[in-house]
Amino acid sequence: MSKPASSLRNMVLSLFGISLVMSAALGFVYNVTKEPIAAAIKAKEVSAIKEVLPAFDNDPVSTAKELNGMLFYYASSSDSLVGYAAKTFTEIGYSGRFDLMVGFLPDGTIHNIVVLEQKETPGLGTNMVLPKFKNQFLNLNIANLKDNRLLVKKDGGTIDAISAATITSRAYCDGVQRAYNAYMENFAVKE
Amino acid sequence: MNNFKFFSEGLVRSNPVFVLILGACPTLAVTTTAINGIGMGAATTFVLVSSNVLVAALKNVIPDKVRIAAFIVIIATFVTITDMVMKAFTPELYSSLGIFIPLIVVNCIILGRAEAFAQKNRVIPSLLDGLGMGIGFMLAITILASIRELLGNGSIFDIKLVGDNVSTILLFILPPGAFITYGYLIAIMNKLKTRYSNQ
Repeated sequence: MSKPASSLRNMVLSLFGISLVMSAALGFVYNVTKEPIAAAIKAKEVSAIKEVLPAFDNDPVSTAKELNGMLFYYASSSDSLVGYAAKTFTEIGYSGRFDLMVGFLPDGTIHNIVVLEQKETPGLGTNMVLPKFKNQFLNLNIANLKDNRLLVKKDGGTIDAISAATITSRAYCDGVQRAYNAYMENFAVKE
Repeated sequence: MNNFKFFSEGLVRSNPVFVLILGACPTLAVTTTAINGIGMGAATTFVLVSSNVLVAALKNVIPDKVRIAAFIVIIATFVTITDMVMKAFTPELYSSLGIFIPLIVVNCIILGRAEAFAQKNRVIPSLLDGLGMGIGFMLAITILASIRELLGNGSIFDIKLVGDNVSTILLFILPPGAFITYGYLIAIMNKLKTRYSNQ
């Protein structure tokens, strides 16, 4: 069998046929993978929330509230508030945006932080996940800082930066601060 | 040429990375850890084998003038399938390979083999060619990635070989390190090739 001539009819028919079959195949795979993809995304969020908050027993993902591009998850244990996990972000990382999950106790104290999505420089910016840097934020309440501002030492704050350029460290503080401000304004238990 | 020859051609003699110098974009970009190398290699192999087989099977219904368009539709479909399957079942690997999974569509190895091999050959040789080229690509980028991970991060397949306080040559994880390592590997390949072809 030889190749069909490149007449308009043949070209339209063959491209149409191929596209049709391929779209059908894609639709099928989409249906098969739809649920596992949603489950994988949810599992990742739940495990991050578990890491940043003390033990809870509700389903925080179903309570997610969006606020200024951030997501706040309500976590409770036997119906009493454990804290909120905030999925926050910063735009000023070395490679642009990266996402953090910050766990706040009811009074605004930071319980733990994990980095979700990031594209920082391997070996430099990515060191923000190491305990040496992260531990500075644990049990920290921004309310106790000067002007309620979380800053690196270079900017007159208290945080030791991970590298001399402080780009990632500054961005990290920016992300945490963003979550803290929104949290205090909207969710914190008022005294 | 017997069938084994179709397979072995891509492994060393016409290795897509070291000899044909095709697909340099993912080769340079994702090879920061050995796991990434294997993952990228496996995804590319799957797309390459599937598209080679389908192109070979359909070669007699595709008119010449629209063949590239048809190949791209076929390749893009398999890439999207890979993308969705990886997102569903290997989310960790998917997030570290990131944009480079969708970009397999424009990997020259795949369109190159469809154009240069699959559309002129039968299904079985095309399958073997895809498999050989794919595995050759995977081996090459895994070697490259292992060297970069070892020198730049002091680990291989995430197994730390040096202590936490040992400083490693960060340059090798960064983009210039990819070019330097790639260059040396090509030089070594060429040296070996001339040595063996002289004998």
